[in-house]
Formats: sequence, C-alpha cells, structure tokens
Amino acid sequence: MTGSRNFLSRLSLSLAPLLVALLIAILLLVATGAPPLDTFAKLFTGSFGTSSKQADTFVVWVSLAIVSAGLLITFTAGQWNIGVEGQIMVGSIFATWAARGMWEQSGIVGIPVIILWAMVGGALWALLVAVLKIYGKVNEIFGGLGFNFIATAFNIYLIFGPWKQKTGGTLSGTEIFPEALWMPTLPELRVSPIAIIIALFVLVVIYLSLRGTLWGLQLKAIGKNIRAAFVLGVPTNPLMLSAYAVCGACAGLVGAFLVIIVHHRLIPSISSGYGFLGILIVLLSSFNALWLAPLALFFAAVSIGSTALQLELNIDSSLGGVLQGVLVLVVLLMQGIKEKVISK
Amino acid sequence: MEFFIAILASILSDSAPIIFASLGETLNERGGVINLSVEGTMLLSAMAGFAVAFTTESLVLGFLAAMIVGAIVASLVAFGSITLKRDQVAVGFILTLVAGDLSSFLGVPFVRVPGPQIESLPIPFLRDIPFIGPVFFERDIITYLSFALIIGMWLWFYKTQPGLQLRGIGERPEASFARGGNVKLMRYIYILLGGALIGFAGAAFSLHVKLGWSHRATAGFGWIALAIVIFGGWDPLKVAFGAYLFGALRASATTLQSSGLEVPVQVFPLLPFPLMILTLVIFNSRGLDRVLNYLPLGARRALTRLLRSNPPAALGTHFEQE
Amino acid sequence: MRVELKNIHKHFGAVHANNDVTLTVEGGSIHGLLGENGAGKSTLMKVLSGYIHADGGEISLDGKKLKRFNSPADALRHGVGMLHQDPLDFPPMTLLDNFILGCDASLLQPRARAEKEFRELCQQFNFDLDTNAFVSDLTVGERQQLEIIRLLWLGARTLILDEPTTGISAPQKIKLFATLRQLAADGKSVIFVSHKLEDVEDLCHRVTVLRRGQMAGEAKSPFVTERLVQMMFGQQLNIGKRPNVELGAPVIEFDHLTLKDDRLTVPDISLSVRMGEVLALAGLEGSGQQLFLQACAGLLPPSAGQLRLNGIDLTRKPYENFLRAGIAYMPADRMKEGLVPGLSIEEHIVLAKRGKKDALIDWTRTRQTATAQITDFNIKGIPTTRVEALSGGNQQRTLLALLPPDLKLLALEHPTRGLDIESTLYIWGKLLERRKQGAAIIFASADLDEVLQYSDRILVFFGGRVIETVRSSETSVEQLGYLIGGKKQ
Repeated sequence: MTGSRNFLSRLSLSLAPLLVALLIAILLLVATGAPPLDTFAKLFTGSFGTSSKQADTFVVWVSLAIVSAGLLITFTAGQWNIGVEGQIMVGSIFATWAARGMWEQSGIVGIPVIILWAMVGGALWALLVAVLKIYGKVNEIFGGLGFNFIATAFNIYLIFGPWKQKTGGTLSGTEIFPEALWMPTLPELRVSPIAIIIALFVLVVIYLSLRGTLWGLQLKAIGKNIRAAFVLGVPTNPLMLSAYAVCGACAGLVGAFLVIIVHHRLIPSISSGYGFLGILIVLLSSFNALWLAPLALFFAAVSIGSTALQLELNIDSSLGGVLQGVLVLVVLLMQGIKEKVISK
Repeated sequence: MEFFIAILASILSDSAPIIFASLGETLNERGGVINLSVEGTMLLSAMAGFAVAFTTESLVLGFLAAMIVGAIVASLVAFGSITLKRDQVAVGFILTLVAGDLSSFLGVPFVRVPGPQIESLPIPFLRDIPFIGPVFFERDIITYLSFALIIGMWLWFYKTQPGLQLRGIGERPEASFARGGNVKLMRYIYILLGGALIGFAGAAFSLHVKLGWSHRATAGFGWIALAIVIFGGWDPLKVAFGAYLFGALRASATTLQSSGLEVPVQVFPLLPFPLMILTLVIFNSRGLDRVLNYLPLGARRALTRLLRSNPPAALGTHFEQE
Repeated sequence: MRVELKNIHKHFGAVHANNDVTLTVEGGSIHGLLGENGAGKSTLMKVLSGYIHADGGEISLDGKKLKRFNSPADALRHGVGMLHQDPLDFPPMTLLDNFILGCDASLLQPRARAEKEFRELCQQFNFDLDTNAFVSDLTVGERQQLEIIRLLWLGARTLILDEPTTGISAPQKIKLFATLRQLAADGKSVIFVSHKLEDVEDLCHRVTVLRRGQMAGEAKSPFVTERLVQMMFGQQLNIGKRPNVELGAPVIEFDHLTLKDDRLTVPDISLSVRMGEVLALAGLEGSGQQLFLQACAGLLPPSAGQLRLNGIDLTRKPYENFLRAGIAYMPADRMKEGLVPGLSIEEHIVLAKRGKKDALIDWTRTRQTATAQITDFNIKGIPTTRVEALSGGNQQRTLLALLPPDLKLLALEHPTRGLDIESTLYIWGKLLERRKQGAAIIFASADLDEVLQYSDRILVFFGGRVIETVRSSETSVEQLGYLIGGKKQ
C-alpha cells in the first residue's frame, strides 16, 4: 500500500515539471491568441502523425542523441563545452570539404571518408578549446564562444567566397552534393537506418565507458576535483584533451549527418542549434546516459512538431524552443526545491 | 579630422548598449553571481522594449518595460542560484535559450515595423568645446546615461560604504556576514539591478542603435558583454574601455567592408566577435605572463595589475549562513 | 563586561556538541577555554558570538538576560566580538577597506575619520600596520592585530580569540599576550580558546575545560598542569616516545634548489634527507614550506638547482616520474587537494593505484581491497561511502590508506591539522611505521609541539628563506617560536 503511494508520489514529482512547463506554454499560447489544445494536437501529429513525420523526428533524434552523448563526456569531466555548436559546424565544413574532393566518387568510398573527416574536424576544433583551457587558462565557455564565432564567420566566408555556387554566393548555401554522396535513406523518407544504428552504437559505448572503465572514473574525478585527481596520480591533461576530442568527434559526426542526410549541402546556420539543445538534454538527464535516448526523442519530436505549427497554424516555431527550455528550467528548479524541502 | 570625430562619436553612441549590459553583468558578478543569461535577456528585453514603446508610443515606458523584463529574468537566476543553490551557469544558460526563443515567439508582430526612436540631444555650451564637444556632447540621452553609469558605478564601488560591502560579498561572503551584511538579500538586490541594466541595454539596441526589432536582432552581443566583463577585470572603467574597444573593432569592420578587399562583405559584421574574444584570450593567457616576465619586477607588477585582475573570489559559489 | 552562558545545549544531527555547558567570565579577566579538537569549544563560542543558535540555555551580559544573538553583527552590537583562527577578512583589499567594511556608515565611506582612529588604536597597542597595505601581504599575526583593533573600534567589550597562537611567531605571541592583558586591565573581558596548556597557563586567570561537549571542570590561576591534562583527556594519555631509527642512504637530495611562485622566492636550498629520517618544516604560514613540499613531490618545478631522488635526477621532470619513483604528497586541505568529493572510498582506491592499471575496472576485486583497507586503517565507513561524508579524522585515515606500499618519501602538509588527539596519535603511528620500513618523511606543521616531538631535524623558514636548520634534540618550542619569527638568539 505504502509502496504504491510512494510510487505515485514519485511519479507525480517527476511529472510535475512537465505539467508546469505545459501550463506556462498554455499561458503563452492564450496570451498570443492561439488555441492551446489545437496547438498541442498539432505538435504531436506534426512529429508522429505520419510515417514521413516520424522519419523526420528520427532524423533529428540521431543528431541530438549523438551530440548529447558527446556532451555527457565533457560534462563528466566538469567542462561546459559551449563550443559544441562550432564543433558541429566545423564537422559540416570538413564534410563538405571532403565531399568536394570526391565529387565523382561512389558513395561506398565517399560517405565513410566524409564522416571520418568530419569527425576529425570536430575533434580538432574541440581540442583548440581544450588547449586554450589547459595551457592558456582560458575559461572553456569563452574559448568555446570565440571558436563558435570564428566557425560562423568562416562558414559564411566559404559559402559566399571560395565555395559559392556557380550562380553566385547565396544564403541557401553551397552547390548541392551529387546524389551518390547522400547517405542512403529508407525509400520516400529522409531517415537513414545506418545513422540510427550509429547513434545507438555511440550511446551504448558512452554508457559503458562511463560505467566500467578507468577512463570513465578518471573523467568523473577530474570533473569533481581536478587538483585532487592530479595529486592522486590521474593524468589530467591527456584526459581533458581526450574528453574534448570525443565530444568534438561526436559533434563532427552530427555535422557530417546534417550535410549528407539533411541538407545535402553546406548552409549558413548548419548546426541548427543542436549543440545547445544537446546541452539542455544532458542537463535534463541529470548526467545519466540511460536517459539521453528518450529525452533526445522527446526534444526531436518537439522540434519537428513546432515546425509543423509554423506551417499549419502560423505559430512561430520558436515555441518549441521555449517549451524545451522551460521544461529543463522547471526540472532544475524543482530539484532545488525538493532538496530544500528534504533538508528541512 | 571631421571623419575622425564622426568615427569616435559613433563608437561612443553605438557602444552604449554594450556598456549597459557589461556594467550590469559587472554588478552581478561583483556580488558573486554569474548571470549567464545576458544574451537571451538582451534579446527578450530588446523585443519587449520595442513592443511596448511601439504600442504605447512612449519611449520611457519602452525602456521601463525592458528593465522589468531584465529584472524578471535575473530574478530567476537569483532564485535558482541563491535560494535553490543550483549551478549558476546551468540556470543562466537555460534562461539564455528560453529568453531568446521567447523573443522570437512573442516578437513576431513587431518584426521590421518602423517604430519610435531616441532623438539626439546636444548639450548647449558643452557642445561648443572644440573636439570634445562634437565627440561627447552632441549625442543623445542614452549615450549620456552610459557615461553617467560608468562614472557612477566606479564611484559606487570605490567611494561608498554599500559599494565596499558589495565587493565584500563577492569576495568572502562569510566575512561579510560576520560584519552584519545580509549576503543573500544584497545578492538578490544586485542581481535584479544588474538584470535591469541588461534589460535597459536591450532596449537601447532596439530603440537607439539598431532602430527596430527583427529575429535575433542582438545576437552575439550578450555573449560579448560577458566576455568584456572578464576583459575589464570587474572594474567599471576597464569594462567600459573593453566595450569601447569592441565598438572600435566594429567601426573598423564597417570601414574595411567598403575598402574593396577580396573577402565577401557578409563576413565583416561577424569579425569583431571572434576578435574581441581573441583579445580576451591573449590578455588572460599565460603567454602574456612569459612576455611580462622579461620586465623588471616593479613594472611587471604594475602592468599585471593594470591589465588583469582576479575575479571576485566567491564568484559562482553558494553561500549558506549558519 | 561580565558574560554568562547558562546550560547551553547544541546538537548537530546525532552529535551533542554542547551538553549543558555553563561558563561565567568576569569583566576585566582573561578566561581560558581549554579542550582538545572536537571538544565543543568552537560550538560554544559560535553560540556566544551569534553564528549559531543554541538549542537550549541562555546568555546574559552584565546580568542582563538575552534569549540569543541573531547574528554575529548582533552580538557585536552587544559588545561581543570574535576573532577567528583564520581571520575573517578580505585579502585582496587594503587594510583601511577592511577596517571600514562593516562599520556603521550609511552612504559614504568614513575614510578620513577611520584612518585617524585606526592610527590611534595602532599607537595604543603598539601595532605597526599600514592602512594602504593589502591584507594578502600580512602575516596571520598582523591580520589578528587588524581584527582586534577593528572589533574594538566597533565597540567590542568582550573579545573571543579562537586558537590565536597557532601560526604566529614567538614575538608576535608576546605582543598578543601583552595586548590581551592590557585589554583585561581596561576592564574588557577576554575569552581565550585553545588546546595548548602552556599558553593557557601563561595567560589566563581562570580556565574552563571541555571534554566531549561537556564541562570537565574549572580551575583558577596558578594552575596544576596534571589536573588540567586530566580534565582535558579524562586520563593521562600515553604519548609514545619516538623510537630511534638507524638512518640509511640519502633518499632525496637538493642541490642549490631555488623555488618561485608569484608571491615568494625560496632561494638556494642544499640538503639531503636520508632513509628513515623525519624532517620537519617550521615557519609562519606562507614562509616557503608549502613550496618546498610541493617541490619535493614534483608538483612545483624548481626555477634553478637540482633535485635527486635515490641518485636519479628528477629536476623539472613531470609529476608522473615522481610518483613512479615512490613519492607521495598529502596536502593540508583534504577536500580541496587530497580527495575527490562525490566519489567513494573504493573509487579512490582505483584512482590512487599506481603502476599498471587495467582499462576495465574489476569492481569485485576493488571492493575486497577497499574492505581490507577500511578495516586495516580503522575508517568509519564502507567501500561505497562518499569521502565528503567522512569526518576529518576518517578522511585523513582514508588518505593514508590510499598511499601505496614501498614509498621512498612522504611529503605531508599539516598532517594532523584539525584532528582530535586520538586520530593524531593514530596517524603518527602509521607514519612512523613507514619510517621504520625505510621511507623518509618531510612534513610541515604550524604546531611546534608536533614538530619537536616527531622530527629528527627541523628546517626553519622565514620570509621564503631557510634561516636555520636545527636538530630536534637540541632545540625547544621557545627557541623555535623565536626562529619562525625571524629572530636568531
């Protein structure tokens, strides 16, 4: 009896943030004169309503799952890798670079090279932040921001400069890739089963390495107290570099997918804010790898659903971002309230 | 000379929003709390300020609304980090995303509509001083307020008792508490004040510099404001210098843009952002220490003190009075 | 001012930190509060100075009953001021800023008036303090002086001093005692909290002894040392004599070693420490002992000179090489530099393991090792206990348990700071075992008794220099006190 009541109270505690976030969303909708129920219905049908929508949702899920898995590593090492946006972007740039070198190649050769090259690019870009942090004492938040800015500027430079289309530079991006270099997808849908398998693989590897390896434990140690870890004999610098490299490689992988699955070209805001969404997902997961997959699915659904809102109800798609952010904020604050109540 | 004066003058007035934002953040961080939500707060308050000014046709109400929005976002940072003891960076980061998206969501009706703007207001007599007059005193009320804020905040920090207490709570809250300071209350107050200033900065963008609202209109400026606080070593004068340096970078980017370089024009407006961060990185890096090490000890100490200062010791930490 | 604490009770969770404690301090007297670490002295004084609220009991000042103080500031308004062991001041600010902060001014800082009165107070007590200097450049003794005049300036009539003689030199101690006697003569009351018998006997008119949160007794000057000891510890403690150990070959050798950080230069140390030897580093906080220890451990590369371990040159080699060579470092701040809060004892054991490590962790085996170590080192915890949940003494035992076997050199910073006598004895027992196995020990301590008791040789640091090397058998606490203050007799 008490067991079930306990379960109920725990369930309600974990559902409460969702309700509060929904309530805030409803208030917003009412305030802007949009019909709340319709909106939520559309949000759902927009992301899961048809097989093509489901496919789109899973396309976004792949990106969010991989990037949040990478971010979990840097977070475990105690690092706010805000530079993840730039790392995705550089991944896309490297992917495009590789693709331009293999314009005539077949996909079997081309796609693996593009993916690997993008991962190298993302990892290198992340290592720059790490090197500045370790050897220059530059806070990773500002180092990351700086490299995000540089990546954005460089991307624009490429799109309007050396890589512009034959007809001239435009905001729509570079030339479309030859179809051979597109990642194979299910017929008529945008989702790529290979990408989903890769994402699951990344999630499992990250989960296992945090749980049972020395590397994972050492990452936790430097994340919680880097000085003590060093004194105990943990090689902090190589570890920090490896954490950034892993996260950067994940981001680069996402960058490659964005180019060869979603857009088939390099576009100005190629990273689509997925890096920052990944940070939200990790914060919401309480740094638990098991939660990443379902949370990424939820976030992907909200993102895809809200673009449908824009098209069908003329509600700005930024509502999705508000919803996601408010949810994470409410969860974080509720944890605080819970701890405060318990300690009293 | 004419050209030079015009450039200087435009740097001064274009930098006003960054001055408000970075000094607002300075106030927060001096009290020991990082408000990482500046980027989002500025977006949201720029939108809100413009929307209110547009609807009510009152600039004053517009600025007021923006300040209230800034203070509301800041109050969430305060509640989350001071009362609930969550990670300050996490709370601020989430709020940046939420406020940014909210500005896009709520700002739809106001995108690119012409609205009210601040008129210029030359100050009689002072404007007639050669060079100084046209540079400083032919501006507008917002720019003058930014001057006043720089000086006022410096005086507050170093000449007043409450300012001394503020420095204390950011440095060693337990010692401030021992001396009768109500640490939590003061932190709340300064976060709200700082948030209001950041909100003011948003309105200064949409009603003063950029004239109007569009999606993500102030994108990047909030992050730069955060960087400038570090660059300026939490000192109002040095922070202001950093803000003007950024203004100068932007002015030179605009000038370069029309110089016919072999670079796509779209790149130029983006350049000051990485350059500003780069400057911060150079100033804070250990590489600089190596260079400084060649100087005699006295000069080295003086230069280090000038170029760099340590953050408030309690920045980002929680405080629990027993 | 006459201060009375009646029947004070205070609980922290299951711990009864103050159990029915009653204390009366007459105006114009110096009252000692004696007891070992953890006896409840600090708790009682925090109640009196407004930091914490008692669960029961009452406070009266000059016969006037008060329920309690709301805050330290409230206590000070009533005339009770407290000087902490680590003075609660603002290091990056100037003395004048520190002096003014907390005074009763509304908008503008009363700089001119404060500066004048600061000078007068300095003159009155013969303190040499410069208002424009920065607190970060002062010694602990000078920071105490600053706090004393600040509290007096704000109207303190009862002054509580918490372990004020730790970390100050003999001349500074003499000056402090003179100041306190002067204050008592002026009718102020002074409460002197200490675990050092000698200081209490020297200074106080009356003494109250606490043991395990309860009153163990009271005594009046002149004191009988044996009685005080008995009240403090309940029985005579058997403090083991240091066994003589045959010294072996040199373990670590320094050749014109010079160390530097942004604040301090420690020039030209030439020295060798032999197997089985215990070398103590004495000196005021921040006189260079810490730099020297870190250099021994390989955490601070020397800027000049050579360092050899077992004959192998390790100068400016990475920390890893030092670890491989058999060096261990135990920092003073256990939770900042020694242990990782949030991780468990068993996780620490995995992290601290030296030599070849497996990429995959064998948790079953780790748990067995952890359980064995916990029993061996008498740690109150289980393998999965997080280190921040342990008491200070158990944290220190955990650090000891993490030390690998076959160490050549142990570099210890304040190995027993803040521990009760039982833990202290235990820790030293374990350390001396290492010594018997042939390890050399270098430790820094602010406790001169500890320095004298456990070391063979003492290096005395002053202002970054090694001003004297003495054999422990040929010196005394008094002489050391002068030496750490920079005075050679």
